[in-house]
Amino acid sequence: MSSDNPMVRFDNVQKSYDGKTLVVKNLDVDIAKGEFLTMLGPSGSGKTTSLLMLAGFEPATHGEIYLNGKPINNVPPNKRGIGMVFQNYALFPHMTVAENLAFPLKVRKMSPTDVQQKVDRALAMVELPSFGQRRPAQLSGGQQQRVAVARALVFEPELILMDEPLGALDKQLREQMQYEIKHIHENLGVTVVYVTHDQSEALTMSDRIAVFEDGVIQQLSSPSTLYEKPNNSFVAQFIGENNRLNGNITAIDGTVCTVELDSGDKVTADKVVDGGIGTRTTLSIRPERVDLDPEAGSVPVTISGKIEELIYLGDHIRVRMSVAGTDEFIVKVRNSASGQSLETGQLTTVGWNPEDCRALDEIAA
Amino acid sequence: MKLKTLFTTTAVSAAVMVASSAMAGEITVMSWGGAYTKSQTEAYYKPWEAETGHKVNSVDSDNPATPIKAQVEAGNVSIDVADIEYSDAIRLCDEGLLEEIDTSSLPAAPDGTAATADFIEGAITDCAVANIVWSTVFAYDSSKISGDAPTTLADFYDTAKYPGKRGMRKAAKANMEMALIADGVAPADVYSVLETEEGVQRALDKMATIKDDIIWWEAGAQPPQLLADGEVAMTTAYNGRIFNAAIGEDKPFEIVWDGQILDFDLYAVPKGAPNKELAMEFITYATATERLAAQASWIAYGPARKSSADLVGLFNDGKTEMAPHMPTAPANMKTALVNNYEFWADRDSELSEQFNAWLLAN
Amino acid sequence: MSETAAQVADTLAVKPIDQAVDQPITAADGTPLKVALARATRKAKWRAFVLVLPLLLFVLITFAIPIVEMLTRSFYNDAFSANMPNLVAYFEDNEIESVPDEAGFAALAADLKQARENKTIGVVATRVNYEVPGSRSQFTSAARKTKKLEPPFKEAIIALDEDWNDVRLWNVMQRASNPISASFYLAATDRRYDENGDKVWVDKKRRIYIKLFVNTLLLSLGIALICLVLAFPVAHLLATLPLRYSNLLMIFVLLPFWTSLLVRTTAWIALLQSQGVFNDMLVGTGIIGDESRMQLMYNMQGTVIAMTHILLPFMILPLYSVMKTIPPTYVRAARSLGATSWTAFWKVYFPQTVPGIGAGVLLVFILAVGYYITPALVGGSTGQLISNLIAFHMLKSLNWSMAAALGAILLFIILVLYWLYDKLIGIDNMKLG
Repeated sequence: MSSDNPMVRFDNVQKSYDGKTLVVKNLDVDIAKGEFLTMLGPSGSGKTTSLLMLAGFEPATHGEIYLNGKPINNVPPNKRGIGMVFQNYALFPHMTVAENLAFPLKVRKMSPTDVQQKVDRALAMVELPSFGQRRPAQLSGGQQQRVAVARALVFEPELILMDEPLGALDKQLREQMQYEIKHIHENLGVTVVYVTHDQSEALTMSDRIAVFEDGVIQQLSSPSTLYEKPNNSFVAQFIGENNRLNGNITAIDGTVCTVELDSGDKVTADKVVDGGIGTRTTLSIRPERVDLDPEAGSVPVTISGKIEELIYLGDHIRVRMSVAGTDEFIVKVRNSASGQSLETGQLTTVGWNPEDCRALDEIAA
Repeated sequence: MKLKTLFTTTAVSAAVMVASSAMAGEITVMSWGGAYTKSQTEAYYKPWEAETGHKVNSVDSDNPATPIKAQVEAGNVSIDVADIEYSDAIRLCDEGLLEEIDTSSLPAAPDGTAATADFIEGAITDCAVANIVWSTVFAYDSSKISGDAPTTLADFYDTAKYPGKRGMRKAAKANMEMALIADGVAPADVYSVLETEEGVQRALDKMATIKDDIIWWEAGAQPPQLLADGEVAMTTAYNGRIFNAAIGEDKPFEIVWDGQILDFDLYAVPKGAPNKELAMEFITYATATERLAAQASWIAYGPARKSSADLVGLFNDGKTEMAPHMPTAPANMKTALVNNYEFWADRDSELSEQFNAWLLAN
Repeated sequence: MSETAAQVADTLAVKPIDQAVDQPITAADGTPLKVALARATRKAKWRAFVLVLPLLLFVLITFAIPIVEMLTRSFYNDAFSANMPNLVAYFEDNEIESVPDEAGFAALAADLKQARENKTIGVVATRVNYEVPGSRSQFTSAARKTKKLEPPFKEAIIALDEDWNDVRLWNVMQRASNPISASFYLAATDRRYDENGDKVWVDKKRRIYIKLFVNTLLLSLGIALICLVLAFPVAHLLATLPLRYSNLLMIFVLLPFWTSLLVRTTAWIALLQSQGVFNDMLVGTGIIGDESRMQLMYNMQGTVIAMTHILLPFMILPLYSVMKTIPPTYVRAARSLGATSWTAFWKVYFPQTVPGIGAGVLLVFILAVGYYITPALVGGSTGQLISNLIAFHMLKSLNWSMAAALGAILLFIILVLYWLYDKLIGIDNMKLG
């Protein structure tokens, strides 16, 4: 989705705090106007540092960041015109909600009537019209979150940064707020750069997701591509659940390869890994793409396995199996009549379509 | 049989212990601390302990009169003997806070002169017996004075002839007397002048002539330090402190005895002292001729008995003859003024207020 | 509220049997719930009380009782009334407007004689001397001669000392015959009773206390503000530096606490006196001439410098503890919202430090008001505080009633300031650490 005139461009940006190790290594990202881009990764992966560099709170050690085509490395945060929502909201505790919202407007020397109007509109937008005179401490977590979003938006920035803004909310509220933020993004058309370590949050909201690990973007693509076609086993593992089987490539046919598993079974898979015949690789299959005891001929690949454990989860049953040498092979079975007959210790088969199985990273022999 | 022996032994040894503890008593003596308490420890406490087997528990205070007043008023006295200043001795005695002392019990001089005649006039009061005479003098650093050395109090006030700052105690007492003497009042007339409002004003006016050059000190340890640091050219001081710096630490300090203000320190027994009898015994012992003379070997304060003067020997450095350093030495006494305790007991508060008001006024 | 009441009334009207509304809720055994709860928690309360009891007693015995006892002296002094019964009786029947007649002097003579025998004459004399300087010896010498006194006493006593014929002395005696009096408070505010019993200012030459109270308050406030200015950046640094640096810095901040007050004061003398290190450096580098050395000690500067240094940690610590709780995201948020670094500091950071500022200023101020040794040693004539005169009356003049009155006034001023602080900022907003 990169365009010729990106809203934000990271150009070979590096960051080091101690002069010994790089927290962010060679970051190159273009973010288009109106895009919702999520930086996803475990803690310490460099995603928050990248966000802080964009906001102007941390200087880049090397490289340049561009905003609307202009380098901003030497522009102080208050001149960048970027709205930001912080993890713990950072609502000023000594000001009322209305004063918090008026703050960015007043520092821009707006007339009091304009300020009043914009504050009212912002409160209406986040559905808290009568909360203007309250203090942040008198609001619930969800309400504070909305005020924080409203404050970041009230001065109409083109770019909003959000640093794990929903981390402090409980699950239900978090999901509700995900949709609200998503709707605000769609309605206002602002560009959002969103940092989170929660993959489901990233999948729900984003246009594109950049998966960070060890200071490097492992994959930058749409949520569906990220899920369906992960580039490496880290991404596959980090996004959603994932069964891993190890084996050696024995034949290659275009983008498809045949892999002989350690158990001796031969399966076909999409070839993502670079190496040729003989390369040792990890196969990745999503649990929900595996059929348990498939009807003969319904799927091209079948191997035998044994049910080790059954976990009842209401809408589906998680079946832990030993398959091809691993006993951590998970299969998700829809909770239908057929599922009721499963028993621990039962010998059965599993099968899948070759396009659902990807041969990912090369494993050092 | 055995049991009986055990009982007997225990009873006997217990009796012996009780008896001996009754014989070997313990008293608490309160003094001012520092070199002064040390001189008393060497001259009085240690010999007394050695001779009688009693024990002296030595404690110090910034002004022993304060805890005496507090303890006697609260009815919980722990001090047996206290070393106090003259005006306090008079005041506390009048207020019934001190035991009366039987002056006839005080030992006579070696030549047989009765104690009452042997002590310097005023050294024995109803409730207290003086042990030392100390004085407020002024001193200078001889290495910093070129030309004529200062010899009179008038020189102290002469900042034209002797430029430099002057150290003075931040109090009315002694300063006012010295100012009047410097202004030409004869020592004998000082208190009659100071009794009038004009006299007080005259003293303050005299001090005002050098007010901008005065550095005020509070603690007795300060003036030798001020001199040593060169902060002041001359300072008033307690003579013992200057002596210690000059002889003990080899500083080139000289004392000017002209117009020195003499003062007594006295031993007194607080009303209701826990060991009253022993306390009286101690005072009798300590104020004997030889003991008073012995104290002079440790500090340059004069013995309160005339008969002690001849016995004053060498300083504990083994070479300095102490006699000329005594405030009571005849050469030093020519223009000396004995502090009028009655005057200060009457007027301390009033004059202190005036003095402080004068200090604050510009 | 009234709406709720109306609703309750409605409910009652519809369901008059519902007891929960007007009957207390009861526990299972029928006892009212409140009683049951109190019974259940009584044991826990007792245990808590027993645990704090030692400290409570300790504070009561070593702090509260002595203070009350001391403050009582400021208005209650029975030195005269308890020892001069005849005069007290005489004054009860006679209002003194001029020097009394023979009856008054006869009472005086009887009391003097009695006081001489009881050895209480000094107590009486000292009490009167507080208000009529010089009368102490007048009493004691008169008492010594009472045995020889013959009627008529008026002539005899006046013959001893003409000052007995002074109506002011008799006025003072009459007031002293009531143990409760305001005369110490008057004296502590530079006033006294005149011959007619009216309150008047003392002679200008003796006015000292009000000026010293004002000086003390101004100086303490100044010191508190200087401490604030110096401590604010240090506390901020402490709160924001990485732990290993801030720990080291904290040790430097606390270092003065581990040194005795006297040593620190003496060190400042050595540094700042006119022949001290600081002046030597200035002279050595040629910044000032040898003859124009600065007088930084033995005056107000000396008091301010030394006390600021000594009290600085008391400002830094509350500020630090407050700043520690302010996350850096507030300032970042303000910056991202368009505020300059100054606006972010002044509008967002600073207001959140106010509880620490309040606590620090109040703490330093109160400590400074009571400081005594430092101003005594380095204050010279202009850097004196009221505490120095309280010490004088405690230790030298032994006029404890006066010391108590001065202390009570100081305590009162501080309580008023504390109340003002509560009104303006709120005590709940104070954070001491």
